[in-house]
Amino acid sequence: MKPPPFEYHAPRDLGEALRILAGVRGKVLAGGQSLIPLLNMRLMAPEHLIDINRIESLATIETTPRGVTVGALARHSEVEHSGAHPLLGQALRLVAHPVIRNRGTVVGSLVHADPAAELPAVLAVLNGSVRLARDGAAAGDAPLVRDVGAAEFFTGPLESAVRPDELAVSAFFPALPARTGTAFREVARRHGDYALAGVCAVVTLDDDLRVGSARVACVGVGPVPITVDVTSECDGRPAATVDWAAVTRAVREATEPEGDIHATAAYRLRLVGVLAGQALSEAAREAAAD
Amino acid sequence: MEHEITLVVNGDARRVRVPGRRLLSDCLRHDLGLTGTHVGCEHGVCGCCTVLLDGLPVRSCLTFAVTVDGHEITTVEGLAGPDGLSPVQRAFAECHGLQCGFCTPGFLCTVTALLRDNPAPTDDEVREGISGNLCRCTGYQNITKAVHRAAELLAEET
Ligand SMILES: Cc1cc2nc3c(=O)[nH]c(=O)nc-3n(C[C@H](O)[C@H](O)[C@H](O)COP(=O)(O)OP(=O)(O)OC[C@H]3O[C@@H](n4cnc5c(N)ncnc54)[C@H](O)[C@@H]3O)c2cc1C
Ligand code: FES
Ligand code: FES
Repeated sequence: MKPPPFEYHAPRDLGEALRILAGVRGKVLAGGQSLIPLLNMRLMAPEHLIDINRIESLATIETTPRGVTVGALARHSEVEHSGAHPLLGQALRLVAHPVIRNRGTVVGSLVHADPAAELPAVLAVLNGSVRLARDGAAAGDAPLVRDVGAAEFFTGPLESAVRPDELAVSAFFPALPARTGTAFREVARRHGDYALAGVCAVVTLDDDLRVGSARVACVGVGPVPITVDVTSECDGRPAATVDWAAVTRAVREATEPEGDIHATAAYRLRLVGVLAGQALSEAAREAAAD
Repeated sequence: MEHEITLVVNGDARRVRVPGRRLLSDCLRHDLGLTGTHVGCEHGVCGCCTVLLDGLPVRSCLTFAVTVDGHEITTVEGLAGPDGLSPVQRAFAECHGLQCGFCTPGFLCTVTALLRDNPAPTDDEVREGISGNLCRCTGYQNITKAVHRAAELLAEET
């Protein structure tokens, strides 16, 4: 089908975009790879569309020793090929198909907050944050900016903390400490589809190669990415002797999958345990080689 | 409200007036008469509407024409050179990489970009590269053969 009519706005810079957002109720258009299907299927009919594709200053990927900051116009494929962050790269290869990744944006995927999407889990497991800006005309012109941590950013299925007058300008993914490994495992019905369930893991070993910290974030098994810290279940043991079955039990207990036409709740629960075991042991192996 | 935009399609600057909601796929087909770009699902899944935007393959059904005002678009009509079909097009014909041809414009655009970025892909890389394009006829075997054959033709000719 065809999208319903809307009034189109094409701001040239951030200030103009924020002024428009302050004045009208509408939707931001980034890569359009989630929004335009919703419009084409007439599941959404915003009165205004604010297209940020001309705001070149948002097309940035900045890497510092602290981490990588991805601007709102950085496409999935650019971030994937930049090699800016190992876990982000692993996750992006599981997002849709290469052609979709040429257009879709990392920040757009976070704001869209699909409970089965990979990137929200990456932000959650790394304790990253999203920078939101709104028009500051009332308070002396500079945009008003706030940073929202991943734990507060995802508020429900397809819901994030972005207010209607705010633009997400960038997302920050913290760098990994030394002796750290990461992995992303998922099962999808078809290559490139959203996952039935998926798990990303970050494992850090101490100087004696014992597990110092282990965290996972799970997708497709709750309304938002479910983060679980399993460091205490690993019991400070060397990675090779960790009781992974006990660890994955803790992950399963933290999730609350629902059934749908693609998979039952029971299957998703089983799957998330298996995937957590695989992701954690793979991350631990990688950490030992780091 | 209509917008006056210019698209550089297959090398020619084309001016056109479109409403904001005009999909690039419909702009190419209905406003510019370039019906080589096919439309199947209109939600990004089938891949037959794939065109090159500034050289990169994208879904024209998930792009608004106004968004790409001033940019370069290559459609299947623009793949052939002055001397006839491109190596990718010839390989598809030679290897029977199509039957009904509905999916073919999307495959040709996707594969043209794939081989430009990776002139000698492995089997896995070919499968990953075309994984976002659906074909209901061929069973894909001859399409993957055609991609490898196109890589050979391109290597011979450069
Ligand atoms: C066939 C297909 C398969 C896919 N498979 C997957 C998959 O497996 N995994 C996955 O994670 N995704 C998948 N996607 C979705 C894809 O990753 C999208 O690119 C992404 O979800 C949204 O990014 P976008 O830039 O396209 O955002 P848009 O579609 O432009 O916007 C999405 C939403 O976010 C809002 N928004 C976007 N940017 C901003 C901003 N800067 N500030 C405020 N609001 C903003 C929009 O208003 C809209 O509500 C798939 C898409 C398709 C078409
Ligand atoms: S018509 Fe665009 S992907 Fe199917
Ligand atoms: S040749 Fe018929 S759909 Fe591919």
